[in-house]
Amino acid sequence: MYGTGLAKGLLLTLRHFVDSYVDDIRYGFRKYHHSTDNFGIRQGTKTKGVITVQYPDEKVAVPERFRFVPFLIVEDEDHPTRAGKDWCTSCGICAKVCPPQCIWIVRGNDPNTGRPVPEPEAFFIDIDICMNCGYCAEYCPFDAIKMDHDYELASYDRTTHHIHDKERLSKPNSYWRGIAPTRAYEEMLARGTWEHKDAAKEARRGAASARSSSSAPAAEAPAAVAAPAEAEAPAASAPAAEGATPWSEDDAKREERRRKALERKAKRAAKRG
Amino acid sequence: MDQAALAPERQLDAISVEDAITHLNSEYADEVQLDEREGYGGIIVDSKRLVDIARVIRDDLGFDYLSSATAVDYLGEGDHLEMVYHAYRTTGGGALVFKARTDRDNAVIPSLVSIWRGSDFQEREAWDLMGIRFPGHPNLKRILMWEGFQGHPLRKDWREAYYEEEQKPFDSRWPGGHVHRAEEKNVFGKNVTYPPDIDLGRLMDTSEAAVYQSLGLGVDVERIMDKDGFETDELVVNMGPHHPSTHGVFRMVLTVDGETVTSLEPVMGYLHRNHEKIGERNTYLHNIPFTDRLDYISSMGNNHGYVLAVEQLMSLGRKYNPPTYRCEALRVMMVELSRIVNHLWAIGFWLNDIGAFFTPVLYFVQERERILDFFEAVAGSRMMCNYMRFGGLFGDLPERLKSVSNLANDRVRDYNTMQFLTEMINERIPRTIDDLERLLTQNEILIERSVGVGVLTREDAINYSAAGPLLRGSGVDYDIRRADPYSIYPELDFDVAVENEGDMYARYRVRVSELRESVRILKQILPRLEATAGESIWADGKPGAYAPRVPHGEAYGRVENGKGELGYYVVSAGGRGGSSNPWRYHVRAPSFINLTPMGIMSRGYKVADIVGILGSIDIVLGETDR
Ligand code: SF4
Ligand code: SF4
Repeated sequence: MYGTGLAKGLLLTLRHFVDSYVDDIRYGFRKYHHSTDNFGIRQGTKTKGVITVQYPDEKVAVPERFRFVPFLIVEDEDHPTRAGKDWCTSCGICAKVCPPQCIWIVRGNDPNTGRPVPEPEAFFIDIDICMNCGYCAEYCPFDAIKMDHDYELASYDRTTHHIHDKERLSKPNSYWRGIAPTRAYEEMLARGTWEHKDAAKEARRGAASARSSSSAPAAEAPAAVAAPAEAEAPAASAPAAEGATPWSEDDAKREERRRKALERKAKRAAKRG
Repeated sequence: MDQAALAPERQLDAISVEDAITHLNSEYADEVQLDEREGYGGIIVDSKRLVDIARVIRDDLGFDYLSSATAVDYLGEGDHLEMVYHAYRTTGGGALVFKARTDRDNAVIPSLVSIWRGSDFQEREAWDLMGIRFPGHPNLKRILMWEGFQGHPLRKDWREAYYEEEQKPFDSRWPGGHVHRAEEKNVFGKNVTYPPDIDLGRLMDTSEAAVYQSLGLGVDVERIMDKDGFETDELVVNMGPHHPSTHGVFRMVLTVDGETVTSLEPVMGYLHRNHEKIGERNTYLHNIPFTDRLDYISSMGNNHGYVLAVEQLMSLGRKYNPPTYRCEALRVMMVELSRIVNHLWAIGFWLNDIGAFFTPVLYFVQERERILDFFEAVAGSRMMCNYMRFGGLFGDLPERLKSVSNLANDRVRDYNTMQFLTEMINERIPRTIDDLERLLTQNEILIERSVGVGVLTREDAINYSAAGPLLRGSGVDYDIRRADPYSIYPELDFDVAVENEGDMYARYRVRVSELRESVRILKQILPRLEATAGESIWADGKPGAYAPRVPHGEAYGRVENGKGELGYYVVSAGGRGGSSNPWRYHVRAPSFINLTPMGIMSRGYKVADIVGILGSIDIVLGETDR
């Protein structure tokens, strides 16, 4: 009979409408007060009604694995020995593995010896080109680059805002542990320490040399930078071969960098606070 | 194979692919050679006899379905162009691969349109991108680029305006990475060259006749616009490219007689970015996230086809571990979930096209949202999943689908993954499919609009290389998951959905049945996931290398994606150690090839049906235009 299809369709619409309110009653109108657990219920598999999220007043928190434009991890400012230090060793793997080739790294050089040191002089990501694939974070052997959760990067001028430099990219380690606790924990298990791979080695070596009261940690330096010597990154292993001691050298440049990072962090903290 | 075994009474169209190759090789010893390059297979046919031998392949040997036809430029590796054809039997089984060679300077290969109409668009693409001429082709003109484009961009010696290096990774990125923008090298206004013989002044002519003729459309505008005669009541109607019903920037030029369509010509390429050229600059790994951007509704399926192709190549080498069982089960689960997403989306937007505006589609999108939430929590992104890797996956399922609040006003969710999946698969998705059927299947308006409209006959469907629901809606029982199975599909229990009518309604019915079959498969996957919990997704327990070297050879990996057969033809050249960048990377895009029969499917129907017919094919322009 003609018209039944129409009636059925309208009934279905009506049912969805009613269901939304039935759900409301079932969950005690909790939609209207902002508690987190009931949002989970409403967006879950059990509900029949329709719930929408009032973006931008409300936002759905993204899951841990969510990936948006990457950031670089630097040591927390309250770290006892390495405050403000980059986790990145400038090995270049992320730049190689980046599909649209939007990562640009200037490897640091020791001003005295001219040899490469395992930290980046400069680091750029063109976020207009970044396709958010997450490879850089996936293949970085030092857990130094991670995908961010901050997806609100719109700006009025792409030419001035959309190439993120190292300053813009750096975020403290604690931030990463905050947005992705499970993953940070898994990475810790894989690394065997909460510290940076190299820092942990350094610490072990420091302890060992203290015991043997050796005053020349430089002799063991190659071990400290041996980690980047992956088969595919021979260039990064160069300092290891040359026996430089990048961590122990107290050159002005590194001091400067650390000071800047601390300033940045203070600024950020001030902004947040 | 001795001659006795091939006696006439023996059915040639049932012999194995190897026997077919032997048969051709012995029967046409002068024209057919075996392709004996390392890692290659199939035969090389003398292009002078190509059409005859193709006819034998189709009629006598029974390879009635031409899946893919594409060209490869072997510059520096023999300096010839090669057309590669993959023909299958609709009764199932592997591919008969045959190739024809031609000179790079004067590239001519006879057209196979008279044998398989499905080669129509593919040959036009080969002309457009590789510059091979196909005598015998009824309408050989550019298809993705416009005719004012200089050169044939897939040739190895063609370079883009922002060219940097032949292959990634580029040296300028590390260790001395001084950032610049591509625009600086590629200055607007100075980055275009035109072929010498193009008359640019013609583009200034804005008369209707000029608009259609300058683009080389197959419409005889002069005749139609003729004001003198009496038979002048045909009208040219241009739909698109900016039109809400074309699912993207797609254009159709129709001629109509009153309300009735007399001819239709699809025009595409507005979203073309030469995906394949990008893919050849990329490393193998780089391509996986790029495949997400083809059919962006079902990126999991795109990943799957590509990793299958590259895994085929890698299995030629010595150091290759096939994926673990858990990895395969996860892949199949993801792919079936994307099929559900795809079909819900396709049916919903098809309803939009035939007038049920947006209410049904939003009910379906609700389910899709939950599946995408799941993808986001597992793979990191809702649509650009980038989830599969060679020999493995990005990661196993997380224990909980959990979000962490870090922005103001964040709303947090936290579910147990397996429980979420179980509830989705056993309750929510079936409930939505029931709703969908209750709303639509017997709805008289829908039946009125779709039964008997947009008919594609069984013979045409095969001959035009239609794939997916378009093929099965025309009564061809052909689903790659059954016909040429991959992954763990052989051990899964499901039926291939087929409808015989060949109209829009039949395609709708096929999609609904496939939704139900996908749920059936997912129900079988759940216990498999539970049984393999704790197993690694990598055969050797650790993730694969970021720059795997892939052995010399060719591979064609194909999967049954939501929209049809998605194939990747990948060639690895390079030295003994293999290479880390593909030499050729071709996508057999179902959305593209399924448009080949659009013209015949539309003829004789009303203008208002065209939109519905297009919707019932289910295309996505990211894949059509590549
Ligand atoms: S892969 Fe990691 S350590 Fe290496 S350059 Fe990139 S961010 Fe730095
Ligand atoms: S997310 Fe992907 S595209 Fe973006 S910087 Fe990392 S590797 Fe490059």
